[in-house]
Amino acid sequence: MDNESVITSILKPEHQIPIPKPLKMEEENKVTLHRTWYSPFAKRVELALKLKGIAFQYVEEDLQNKSPLLLNYNPVYKKVPVLVHNGKPLAESLCIIEYIDETWKNNSPPLLPEDPYKRAKVRFWTAFIHHQLHETSFAVMTTCGEAQEKAIKELSEKLQVLEEGMKEFFPDGSPKISNDSMGILEITICSLFGAFEIQEQVLGIKIIDPEKTPLIFSLLTAINQVPLVKESAPPFDKTVATLKAFRERNLSSIKS
Amino acid sequence: MAEQVKLFKTWSTPFGLRITWALQLKGISYEAIDEDLSNKSALLLQYNPVYKKVPVLVHNGKPISESLVILEYIDETWKQNPILPEDPLERANARFWAKFSDEKLILSVWSAFTKEGKEREEAMDASLKNLKFVEEELKGKKFFGGEKIGLADIVFGWLGNLLPIFEEVSGLKLLDDRFPSLLAWTKELSELPVVKYNWPPHDKMIIKYQALYEKFHPVK
Repeated sequence: MDNESVITSILKPEHQIPIPKPLKMEEENKVTLHRTWYSPFAKRVELALKLKGIAFQYVEEDLQNKSPLLLNYNPVYKKVPVLVHNGKPLAESLCIIEYIDETWKNNSPPLLPEDPYKRAKVRFWTAFIHHQLHETSFAVMTTCGEAQEKAIKELSEKLQVLEEGMKEFFPDGSPKISNDSMGILEITICSLFGAFEIQEQVLGIKIIDPEKTPLIFSLLTAINQVPLVKESAPPFDKTVATLKAFRERNLSSIKS
Repeated sequence: MAEQVKLFKTWSTPFGLRITWALQLKGISYEAIDEDLSNKSALLLQYNPVYKKVPVLVHNGKPISESLVILEYIDETWKQNPILPEDPLERANARFWAKFSDEKLILSVWSAFTKEGKEREEAMDASLKNLKFVEEELKGKKFFGGEKIGLADIVFGWLGNLLPIFEEVSGLKLLDDRFPSLLAWTKELSELPVVKYNWPPHDKMIIKYQALYEKFHPVK
């Protein structure tokens, strides 16, 4: 089997992740999430919907063969996630999460704090993770040799900056996270580094070092224990296999 | 305590200009501090230790950085003349386009201005594709926000100033009659007093971007 078919066969999900039991049923407003099970950006939206107990349906996309519906719903980026609510599509995970928070504002938890200054701080650090850490993390995952060393160094430096930033949110150093205290910041860091142990297994290096970034390590550990996060995590072995294949595909395309 | 609002920016930054517009549209009194980025003030470094950049808004001693974050903060703190609409779907749309400006369009246009050869060609193609999306979004509308300017107009504002300057300096032709809605929009935007009276001085901008262009395209 060539690389492409190996990857496609892994990507076609054999087990759909079950639709969660909704806490509050919204029967009139249909909500659909176009996603792939391995997209961290789609994971963000999935978590936001589940945390707020919003009933929704999944449409699993095959990114090698995008549906006409996806291309129609997101002509600008042609990517997942796309949330469709009352027939109207929305793209860009962070925009979608703010939409969810504003539309279902009576559903707890609030995904952003109420106070404008606190909201600004949350948005600032969410944007930092989204813009600074995702790109560098992607570089670590998809390169080797000198390029990877450079990316690892950069990631380490940026994680130190994040570690400092998180002190303001968790001043006692031991975050206690529950379904009710998850917000857009926790969702975003979870989407990128929630599977850090899987990333470390695939790469053979430490990504989240409890000695270098103890607060981030504690935060991720606490987030991963949150019941909804736990039950939303895809199977360990399947994720390892997919991530390995993803890395290999990117490495071989550099060499060719 | 009297309200104290300070805006750290430079005379030319389009990101700082957004904040100037937002503050003035809402009639907020503020003190503008123009930084010299080759010699950043201790205050700026203290207020924005993560990026060490402008703009920074300081409200009663509390600093906020990143222009999109600042704009949302301003809209949530001072409710008059809202920048964002009330409807969540329209808000999501405005934010989507704001991100598109900063994550896609600015980068492709800057590459088209600064790169050479094949990279420049690719950046030109990307810029034209991106501008086409924006053109589609603007069709039939006076502003992105409808009849009044909103977040997306404020965030895209740099187009009306920088693209003509890039063209004058380097011949880079992007904003022309291929994009009639965009052209009409830049005209409407430029006629608003808050925009007209705050554009950075044209001659100074030409000198600045001429120097930058020569830096990226050294004569061999």
